[in-house]
Amino acid sequence: MEIAFYVAGTVALVATLMVITRHNPVHALLYLNVSLLAHAMLFYLLGASFAALLEIIIYAGAIMVLFIFVVMLLNLGKETAEQERKWLKPKVWMGPTVLAAVLFAEFLALVLSSGQDAYSPAVVSPRELAVALYREYLIGVELAAMLLMAAVVGAAHIGRHKKLVLHRFLREEKEKEEEKHEETVL
Amino acid sequence: MKTTVSTEVVVLLAGLLFALGIVGVIIRKNIIFMLLSVEIMLNASGLAFVAAGSRWGQPDGQVMFVFILAMAAAEVSIGLALILQIYHQHKSLDIDNLKEMNG
Repeated sequence: MEIAFYVAGTVALVATLMVITRHNPVHALLYLNVSLLAHAMLFYLLGASFAALLEIIIYAGAIMVLFIFVVMLLNLGKETAEQERKWLKPKVWMGPTVLAAVLFAEFLALVLSSGQDAYSPAVVSPRELAVALYREYLIGVELAAMLLMAAVVGAAHIGRHKKLVLHRFLREEKEKEEEKHEETVL
Repeated sequence: MKTTVSTEVVVLLAGLLFALGIVGVIIRKNIIFMLLSVEIMLNASGLAFVAAGSRWGQPDGQVMFVFILAMAAAEVSIGLALILQIYHQHKSLDIDNLKEMNG
């Protein structure tokens, strides 16, 4: 089954490469989805079936839908792709790519200098995961809950728009308030 | 169905994906693509965690992956709300247009 691992890894790499080079946001999102599914396959082959499940349901399902919603809301289409094509010149991407490649080469040397270590992954069942999550990592779970709540409140606050067109009842109320305000000022 | 993997290959794969994420953040000027690249990096680190957990047969790697997932969800929701606001105020997603913040 090693071949499945290498195939999934190659798919993940190629799809990720496509994500960072596409001009059209929707194409990049679709490639990222493929990359996430390949990740799920890798997790499954590593014996982490629950992580694979979460990867598909939450990442490829929920988070990608958020991205697609925003791309649709902003109506990013042909013009954005044109602009991206203008921005993404070899002169622009050469330097950062070389620097990142140097960093990766360093990492490669570091990993390869340690001895070979082949193993067959043991399956970690969702039961063990749940026991660990709710015993040793209970504080972490509660902190994650607080983080998610802060994110929800923050997103609702940041995403709020000032209403330019008021409903007629609201408009009357606002006018009354302004009159009252003027009276008190006078 | 028995898979034999070597630790180096998995870690190298995670490192390569992480490097691709870094390149994506640096070379892109569109803020949506930068957010996507951050997602790629989070996923790569999650892969490294899961690989480490599977190496020792312990659930801790997957626990860390669950935390990364929660963090990514929070980060994406805030980031996309910010992107919507930026687009409404500047009518553009070019990060060079945001220099009035004066960092």
